[in-house]
Amino acid sequence: MNTVWSLAKVVVLEMVRRKDFYVLFILTVLLTGTAGSVNLFNDRSIVRYLKEICLLLIWLSGLIIAITCTARQIPAEREHRTIFPLLAKPVTRGQFLLGKFLGCWVATGMALVLFYLLFGLVSGSRDHQWPVLNYLQAAWLHWMMLGIVIAFTLLGSIVFAAPSSNGTISFACAAGMLLLGRHLNKVALSVAEPLQSLLYTAYFILPHLELFDVRELIIHDAGLIRWDMVTLATLYAAAYGAFFLFGAWLAFRRRPLN
Amino acid sequence: MNPVLPLALALATAVAAGGRLLLWQQSGPQDSGSLLTLLLGESRRAFADQMFLKADGYYHMGNYPSVFDLALPDGKTHMAKESEGHDQHGHSQPLPHHRDWLEAFGHHFRPTGHRHLDGIRDGREILPWLRLSAELDPHRVDSYTVAAYWLRERLNRVPDAEAFLREGLRANPDSYEILFELGRLYAENNRDVPRARAVLELAINKWIHREAAKPAPDTPSYRLILGQLATLEEQAGNLDRALAHYTRLKHFSPQPDAVQKRIDEVLTKMARPK
Repeated sequence: MNTVWSLAKVVVLEMVRRKDFYVLFILTVLLTGTAGSVNLFNDRSIVRYLKEICLLLIWLSGLIIAITCTARQIPAEREHRTIFPLLAKPVTRGQFLLGKFLGCWVATGMALVLFYLLFGLVSGSRDHQWPVLNYLQAAWLHWMMLGIVIAFTLLGSIVFAAPSSNGTISFACAAGMLLLGRHLNKVALSVAEPLQSLLYTAYFILPHLELFDVRELIIHDAGLIRWDMVTLATLYAAAYGAFFLFGAWLAFRRRPLN
Repeated sequence: MNPVLPLALALATAVAAGGRLLLWQQSGPQDSGSLLTLLLGESRRAFADQMFLKADGYYHMGNYPSVFDLALPDGKTHMAKESEGHDQHGHSQPLPHHRDWLEAFGHHFRPTGHRHLDGIRDGREILPWLRLSAELDPHRVDSYTVAAYWLRERLNRVPDAEAFLREGLRANPDSYEILFELGRLYAENNRDVPRARAVLELAINKWIHREAAKPAPDTPSYRLILGQLATLEEQAGNLDRALAHYTRLKHFSPQPDAVQKRIDEVLTKMARPK
């Protein structure tokens, strides 16, 4: 576990040094600030549109950080040839993958903490309400969802040749699932067999990232999500994360490094 | 051949074509030269529709059917129907059945149940999307009328509603819908009878000009304008005018008996000795 953690720490430090997060954070602040400064019928207490814009930017930034950070991990190690001394030490390929995953996931989690702090400040300053537990649930579920995306991107970085293609494919898959995932069953029911069975099978097999998107609940001040449901969602994310990580390990364990 | 010649020819063609395009663009209907118009072009109308639906989604507290769910049969949003005073969609609908366990699980993570925005605090939340919808497509009349209804009826912000309607009227000078809403505002909020009468009569003229010759005219709007005008005249004591409007309304009303009852009431009032 120490080996995995040491590898993860390197990834986190690399993320701290890179400018990606800072650029996205500043962009989010600027765009939210601009949206907040718009005069809407001389009413400064309108807040939900601002929450919506801020959360959308946070979700976009979270996806970009998670995918770009993960997609470049293994190709960069190969390109700089640092993967050889690393794996020559007593580090197994499984530990290497796990370390990379953990590093990207923790780094993304740290970014999310700052993003959600910003969201809390923006929302609280207008709304004068501080539903901390709701925000905690939203951030937690968001982080769990990004865990699945990171594991999927890590698998992609072994399957696909270039980080750019991996990043694009991962982003398209994640966006596709977020936008269409919950409608696949409705589409399936409206088509004829055998496409219906195929689509319904895909609906059950694919990871439903949209389950973790609780922005509407936050925007419209709905109550807390039941904690047993949050636990189930966490288990759901853990299962898919483990599945993709296992797939990455299977693909990576016998792959030549050069 | 001198290479300058083809270059000069290309430049001359570009300048001529550019000038021609500029003239063509200026000859068309001119929208406001806003940044959004410049950036989005004609696609902004589609975005405006989305913003209007977003406002309706806010009206339903986030629980709103997607394009994959049931579309509204008459193409009007519930929010717009409420502003017209006849939104009777199912408040007591049972919760939708779940097609599978995944869908049932997913319902814990998004708004469910049929709820509407209520009270001043929530009511104002739809306004940004209506404002944006109007910015994106200034010819979308619904954006102005619905926002004005919420501003004056729910938020008691009559001057803001009037200013927004006037903005809409500048962009849509022939809109009887905006004129009707403006007339309502003068009649119900400002109690300015002469102004309300002038605006509502103009609305009737615009309706006749735009709709009367159509095979399927927008009679519900005409009934609303006539009804408003008749009530205004009745309350102002101009009973003969009210009678004339009610008589016209009876001709278009799906419930002529109810209108006849109002006519009888007016006739009774007229028969009373002064």
